[in-house]
Amino acid sequence: MKILSLDPRVTRENIDVETRDGELQPLEHFETYEVFEQRKRGTHHVHVGNVHAPSHELAMVFAKEQYTRRGQCVNLWVVRTSDVFVTEYMDSDIFETTASKKYREPDSYKVIDRINAFKAREAAKNA
Amino acid sequence: MYGNAYVENPAATNSLTANENPIKLAEFEARIAAGDKIEPNDWMPAEYKKQLIRMIEQHAHSEIIGALPEGTWITRAPGFRRKLALMAKVQDEVGHGQLLYSAAETLGKSREDMTNDLINGKSKYSNVFNYPAKTWADSAVIAWLIDAGAIVNQLANSKGSYGPYCRALDRICAEESFHLKYGHDNVVFLATGTPKQREMVQDALNRWWEPIMHFFGPPDKMSVHTEVLMRWKVKMGTNDDMRQTFLDMYVPKIWDLGLTLPDENLKKNDETGKWEYTEPNWEVFKQVINGNGPCNKERLAVRRTAEEKGRWVRNAILRKDAKYVTPLA
Ligand SMILES: [Fe+2]
Ligand SMILES: [Fe+2]
Repeated sequence: MKILSLDPRVTRENIDVETRDGELQPLEHFETYEVFEQRKRGTHHVHVGNVHAPSHELAMVFAKEQYTRRGQCVNLWVVRTSDVFVTEYMDSDIFETTASKKYREPDSYKVIDRINAFKAREAAKNA
Repeated sequence: MYGNAYVENPAATNSLTANENPIKLAEFEARIAAGDKIEPNDWMPAEYKKQLIRMIEQHAHSEIIGALPEGTWITRAPGFRRKLALMAKVQDEVGHGQLLYSAAETLGKSREDMTNDLINGKSKYSNVFNYPAKTWADSAVIAWLIDAGAIVNQLANSKGSYGPYCRALDRICAEESFHLKYGHDNVVFLATGTPKQREMVQDALNRWWEPIMHFFGPPDKMSVHTEVLMRWKVKMGTNDDMRQTFLDMYVPKIWDLGLTLPDENLKKNDETGKWEYTEPNWEVFKQVINGNGPCNKERLAVRRTAEEKGRWVRNAILRKDAKYVTPLA
């Protein structure tokens, strides 16, 4: 039975209600590309998501359509997902800094108490 | 768009986690309680993964199938500006589908598998899209009120625990505000127009009210156990909570236009602060969601045909040495 739709575009397609030939094979919707967007010159590119595509060129077309529909973008990157090398969340302890390396952090340098104490002593001396 | 996920398999709360490692489960729950997000390769209970895939996948299908009833009126939109706006809205919705499929894919189900489950009738999508958009006024009511319901749901879910889903929803919510304004504008235009235009929009509202009440899912007293899903921040509000939020925001706006809703019992109880209403017919809901609504067959046949007719193009550009990797985030 052919579909008689309220949508004339659907009726024109002459679709059989029982059609069963849609079934997809693995990878038929292609592999994925990760998308990076730069919103303004001078800022970092930021990861915004991914697209399914058969090539870098089409990934770029889809990325533009999917991720830059609103607001600003000055530059886009697409990278094949399989080319990205990532750390595991499980191993995120590799990013922890040990207490003994505090000397590399700016906030381990505190001089204001020492300066204030010095000023107080000087003031007392001159009083 | 789309209502609360239709959770199936009413398993008892404690059996959902019976086989999980108790230490890992405690760490997982502590992370969520602390407001931290779960990311794709983190340890997670099997039930968490299963329910998330089901929910995000249903949401994605709803965006894609939802484009069909709305798209019905593109060719006959009254005026060029409305035609452009409707095309932009429908394109947004299809884009939402892509974002959501990607989020679901990070949990290990491929887009092809999700699409197959949709076109074979195995996966569900929002029941509202199994109803026809009979007139232009239907498309206005859909864009305003179905999107409004979707926004209530999506805003709540964007505070959930699964990182990729939250990120997709943030992007989606940013686009929804245009849909809502566009839909409201169309309804206001008809409701403040000629008697014929008012009649059209009232008729659409009468027909869409029951599907809209169905949209948020069965009442809490009929729903299966959701406590564990709420604790895991998979579900962010009960069906009744979402329905109340929606009624509170939109019923006054509908009445404001001098339009009526086909439920004599609909009113806000000033003491409880809750809306009272006649329960919609949940037997009808069950029938529609299980394939017997007025448009289920058409929606799926159209979706199958799109895959079938696009196949020769995809095959022509397929990269032979492509290898599948789960998307990153
Ligand atoms: Fe949407
Ligand atoms: Fe929308």
